[in-house]
Amino acid sequence: MSSPLLRAAALSVSIGRHAVCRDLDWTVYAGETWAILGRNGSGKSTLLNTLAGLHRQDRGELGIGGHALPAAAAGRNARALARVRGYLAQHQTDPFASTAMETALVGRHPHLGRWDWESPADRDIAVAALAEVDLADCAERDVQTLSGGERQRLAVAQLLAQQPALFLLDEPLTHLDLSHQVAVMDLFARRARDGAAIVAVLHDPGFAARYCSKVLLLFGDGEWLAGPADTAITTSNLTRLYGHPLREIGVDGHRWFVPG
Amino acid sequence: MPSRRRALLVILALCGLALASLLVALAAGSMAVTPGDVLRALTGGEGLAAEVIQGLRLPRAIAAFACGGLLALAGALMQVLLRNPLADPYVLGISGGAAVGALSAMLAGLALALVNLFAFAGAFAAMLLVFGLAHGDSSWTRSRLLLTGVIVASGCGAVVALIMSIAPETQLRGMLFWLMGDASHASNPWPALAVLAAGVAVSLPFARELNLLSRGDTLAQTLGVSVQRVRLGVYFLAATFTSVAVTTAGSIGFIGLVVPHLARLGMLKLGWGNDQRLLLPASALTGGSLLVLADTLARTIVAPLQLPVGALTAILGVPLFLFLLGRQRGSGP
Repeated sequence: MSSPLLRAAALSVSIGRHAVCRDLDWTVYAGETWAILGRNGSGKSTLLNTLAGLHRQDRGELGIGGHALPAAAAGRNARALARVRGYLAQHQTDPFASTAMETALVGRHPHLGRWDWESPADRDIAVAALAEVDLADCAERDVQTLSGGERQRLAVAQLLAQQPALFLLDEPLTHLDLSHQVAVMDLFARRARDGAAIVAVLHDPGFAARYCSKVLLLFGDGEWLAGPADTAITTSNLTRLYGHPLREIGVDGHRWFVPG
Repeated sequence: MPSRRRALLVILALCGLALASLLVALAAGSMAVTPGDVLRALTGGEGLAAEVIQGLRLPRAIAAFACGGLLALAGALMQVLLRNPLADPYVLGISGGAAVGALSAMLAGLALALVNLFAFAGAFAAMLLVFGLAHGDSSWTRSRLLLTGVIVASGCGAVVALIMSIAPETQLRGMLFWLMGDASHASNPWPALAVLAAGVAVSLPFARELNLLSRGDTLAQTLGVSVQRVRLGVYFLAATFTSVAVTTAGSIGFIGLVVPHLARLGMLKLGWGNDQRLLLPASALTGGSLLVLADTLARTIVAPLQLPVGALTAILGVPLFLFLLGRQRGSGP
């Protein structure tokens, strides 16, 4: 198998006094799609922030595409790291006016030199990214006038324009209606088939079971479980994960989970 | 987002505006001079007109241009640093510190050069104080920085009020003019102009990183910007520009807040967003030109009386800005 895009060895992460994961051994290869599941406050976002280089681990090794974190996240290597991994934040804020096109083009930053301006090729990439999230008609709209769902899709377009090999997604389906939830998961699944790796914090275990080949469960006390979605996503594991009984329903070969 | 070529065109046009404003400043005044006189004076001619232009009007116009440019540039940088469209160069207490320094020196009856030195020292002290306090736990959040700056500024305001209440009446007028901002005592404007040129040259290579920073620290960090380092640089640059400006011509208000917004509104009209690669040089040139024009007006409008230019910038700027803002309804600056 090819070299992994993400490798964590004996990784321990905490926030405040809360243990997110203890001694996590985890490897993500190109082409894989991972879901991170856990209840509110279990530390899913903190773990994702650690992978993105925004939060320091307590112990253990973390490598992203050959860069060792957290050292690579600051200084000279930060741009090289940004060409390898992209991060979708939970919230987007825009204090200043800007068009959707300009916002998507921001994703090209790590590919441009200090004196470069965005080239026609960069623009083409941004246009394609906007089209892929169904925002082709909104290119000249001011971001401050976009709805929550449109703004979220614009953030996805910006991430697509960045063209990383490893996508770290913090609740990518926030604010999206059902059809766009499916469309966004579909487009990331296509990226994975083309050789990217996806790590997404999700809230719906049904989406995780349908779109992700692998899953990482965070139980909230530092305990974790990583494995194939088929075997790791079970009603008993989910019941332990959410502290609430769940039932499994099969529809057209897909597994969905509802509160019991 | 403007293309590089169109951005250059806008910059060239603004350079033309700057030159025009300087020519107006050199030609206007109680002594009428012809454009020919201005040209002769600039090329080293002699005579009364040349003396007035070389000795009085040129230094003052250059000082106004440098200060306007520095304040507008500092304002644009502060708005990025604090991610707040309401930020201006004075929001972090730098002008307050300078005012305390300058007015203390005036109270002690020190010479003008020392007043300037004290103003710069005061500004620098305020900058270090705010930085030290806000950086205390090394997290350096925006709200903490802003709050520290506002508190230091209001502390300085109290000290200024104290100084003015114990100052002899003969000194009050000079103090008031200093506080409102006044370019008339700027004797050597060239250092300020050099700082402005250097400031634009130093900020421009980081302009795209500033664009990212204005969209959020997390985004900037994950796209490869060394957020802590850039923010630190922006803070010290903006503080230095502000210190130099207030040392040269007192705390002229309004330019630093409004000129970046004017530039942004203009860019919005052209269909471009908040791109610092154009916004920073455009703000510097526009701020400089506007302050030159305002200062020319301040010394000619009720001649031989001279008004403090700081009062004029606000009186002219407030209605202009409200008018532009009103026409922009719906999409905001």
